[in-house]
Amino acid sequence: MSAEPLQGLASVGKGQSTRGLLRVIILALIAGAAISSRLFSVIRFESIIHEFDPWFNFRATKYLVANGFYNFWDWFDDRTWHPLGRVTGGTLYPGLMVTSGVIYHALRALTIPVDIRNICVLLAPAFSGLTAWAAYLLTNEMTPSSSAGLLAALFMGIAPGYISRSVAGSYDNEAIAIFLLVFTFYLWIKALKQGSMLWGALCALFYGYMVASWGGYAFITCLLPLHAFVLICMGRYSTRLYVAYTTWYALGTLASMQIPFVGFLPVKTSEHMPALGIFGFLQLLAFLDYVRSAIPSRQFQTFLWLFAGGTFGLGLLGLVIATSAGFIAPWSGRFYSLWDTGYAKIHIPIIASVSEHQPTAWPAFFFDLNMLIWLFPVGVYLCFQQLADEHVFIVVYALFGSYFAGVMVRLMLTLTPVVCVAAAMAVSALLDTYLSAKSPKPQETQAADGSEGKKAVKSGLRSTGKPVVGVYGLWGKSMMVSALAVYLLVFVLHCTWVTSNAYSSPSVVLASRLPDGSQHIIDDYREAYQWLRQNTHEDAKIMSWWDYGYQIGGMADRPTLVDNNTWNNTHIATVGKAMSSREEVSYPIMRQHEVDYVLVVFGGLLGYSGDDINKFLWMVRIAEGIWPDEVSERAFFTPRGEYRVDGEATETMKNSLMYKMSYYNYNNLFPPGQAVDRMRGARLPEVGPNLNTLEEAFTSENWIIRIYKVKDLDNLGRDHASAAAFDRGHKKKKVTKRKGPRVLRVD
Amino acid sequence: MAPKQRNAAAHSSTTTSSIAAAPSAAATAPPSSAPVAVPKSAIAKTTHAGSTQSWDKIVSNVLTHYLDTTPQRTKLLDAFMAFLVAVGALQFLYCILAGNYPFNAFLSGFAATVGQFVLTASLRIQTTEANKGDFPSVSPERAFADYVVCSLILHFFCVNFIN
Repeated sequence: MSAEPLQGLASVGKGQSTRGLLRVIILALIAGAAISSRLFSVIRFESIIHEFDPWFNFRATKYLVANGFYNFWDWFDDRTWHPLGRVTGGTLYPGLMVTSGVIYHALRALTIPVDIRNICVLLAPAFSGLTAWAAYLLTNEMTPSSSAGLLAALFMGIAPGYISRSVAGSYDNEAIAIFLLVFTFYLWIKALKQGSMLWGALCALFYGYMVASWGGYAFITCLLPLHAFVLICMGRYSTRLYVAYTTWYALGTLASMQIPFVGFLPVKTSEHMPALGIFGFLQLLAFLDYVRSAIPSRQFQTFLWLFAGGTFGLGLLGLVIATSAGFIAPWSGRFYSLWDTGYAKIHIPIIASVSEHQPTAWPAFFFDLNMLIWLFPVGVYLCFQQLADEHVFIVVYALFGSYFAGVMVRLMLTLTPVVCVAAAMAVSALLDTYLSAKSPKPQETQAADGSEGKKAVKSGLRSTGKPVVGVYGLWGKSMMVSALAVYLLVFVLHCTWVTSNAYSSPSVVLASRLPDGSQHIIDDYREAYQWLRQNTHEDAKIMSWWDYGYQIGGMADRPTLVDNNTWNNTHIATVGKAMSSREEVSYPIMRQHEVDYVLVVFGGLLGYSGDDINKFLWMVRIAEGIWPDEVSERAFFTPRGEYRVDGEATETMKNSLMYKMSYYNYNNLFPPGQAVDRMRGARLPEVGPNLNTLEEAFTSENWIIRIYKVKDLDNLGRDHASAAAFDRGHKKKKVTKRKGPRVLRVD
Repeated sequence: MAPKQRNAAAHSSTTTSSIAAAPSAAATAPPSSAPVAVPKSAIAKTTHAGSTQSWDKIVSNVLTHYLDTTPQRTKLLDAFMAFLVAVGALQFLYCILAGNYPFNAFLSGFAATVGQFVLTASLRIQTTEANKGDFPSVSPERAFADYVVCSLILHFFCVNFIN
């Protein structure tokens, strides 16, 4: 009895199961690190939903939990896009909400009462742990080295490029979509390697889940056909490819069509046509493959030329006809902007105005990926060396992903997984080479060389043997390994620093440092939204720029005119027009839309850069797109082409509603004549703007949010300008009367 | 299942006769048929005649190969696939002629035939002896189990989508 444990102890560290256990423990630790590094925002601030879009997701999740799945599916929301409303259930990606709803109910069933808010806040970190695991699986398919997978999991867990969208509280579609992306790719590789229908079907199921979760599913829809196409072009068509691809496509397309928001898009839009084309092409190839096995090669060649040429011509003709006849929609605008980065700016300002749709700046790559960005090409090179089917996938993904990450800031997210995988392969190749302490003795290698080596030994001449090539000195190895270790440590430091400083701000709550170094929380947003919630009627319509629509809906629970779901450009342009026009023009617009309150964000007092005056030009541009003869961007620039807010601002600028609302009463804060806009560093004119049709209702502590109430029609039937002038004590009629006599006296 | 089986049986019955005829035809046809073909298409170019001829040959070769080497079970699968193609073509024809009004219904019906066709083709590929080397981890039994699971998923989606 006592011998068995001893034997067991002796084999520890060698056995397969021990390694498996170690791997599980390491993966669990990596997941723990991934989760905990995303908790900065919760620790610094509190458990709160971040930014803009997450507020809508949070609101939708609350609706789902409160009203059940079917009501959620048929949800018509009349509290947004007033007076149009929004068919919310049919125009969102429900994956995220349903996921957290399921988790909520599962925890409730286990009698763990958790607030739905906490589930939403912590969903992204939890899924980041799963993403690390998926990256591990994907990398293990690429290389036999087991350390590569663990490194990839580690990189994936803490790479800032992914953390940027998945810190605690960032309850957005990407939170679960990146896990699904990586996992779908893993299943695809698995299906392709084994040629198994089951893996293909699993791939399709997760693809369906991905479609339900994020609009970025088109990335998979394009990448998998591209991979298949490249394989075919390389002459690597195999029956495995046929089985994997066709199973994925047939099931995956059907699965994607189950989502109401996607609906018939997979058969109607050009983005999905490559997948369909490759599907058809594979059928032909399978048929040709069969025919080739059936007849002699000479006959097959004539057959091939006639058949393939005819089919290709027919297919192309059919596609052209179908596109021109309107059966297939041409590429959507957002897609064009991927090819031509200037396209959106000219044609669709609403897309270009979103900061995450801007092209990526070069430093961002290093900031988000640090040393991975220069290990990435090495990993791709290693893939080229082996170049099995799965390595082709990494190469294709790397090319495709790098291009798109360069075009749009937010697509850095889709590049990050492949960078992590490739970099992990590179690092593990280095480590595997330099960590093995074994240095082969010359004789050993000669023996291993086979016959040639044996001959050399027989002849007894050392010099005729092959010289040993490689770094075998302990000194060189330890240098190399320690350098790598330093790099890895610096990488961890960088990731933690970036996460803590750049990506952990909720942007709803701002933090600043007091002179003594202690933290000061600026909580103007919530202050203002709470004011709205408590002091306005439940159905009071709030007009603001669309950025704040989701937050008003989520935090203040008030109807809004426009929000971050920018489905109706005209409606947004209407708001833009109201903001950028004179009061006399804006007031009828606001009356027509039953606006009760107008909300603006003003950063002039605090030096807060994300305010409405800085976004103002986009409002003007978007409005100009619809009413080019009423709103003109040029009129907001001084003759010298400057965008100014001080005394030299243009008349159009000074008279615009946005300018007036931002600077109304602002000069009362300062001694006369010394009002300064700290954001733009501009000295404001001594006399501030007058507001006739609005009255100030609320201004938050640091003046970040200002809320104005739209005045009702005047009781005496006067227009607002004269009524306001009367209230100020001006008697304008007398002014004109006096002018007459004075002229006479001069004579 | 009955019509399909009958279909397959008809196939095989026709095959036996043509198998017997085919080798002899293949052996003797080229010299004898060439003089026959040329007078018929005297106006047509000789190259054209040549290509039609090789087409004949190709088709007959493929047919003989198929009939010679395909086991009975696989022929059943092929009959099922032919049936699916026919149903799919019918649906497509209906869609063109009578309009696609319940587009959901058309799509799910058509996708069901296409998907089932593809799955059956996959099953056929995986169970063919010649392809055994390509699928080291898929035994015929596993292939059939996969096939059943995938078909279930496919039809679940179709029924859900059909409205």
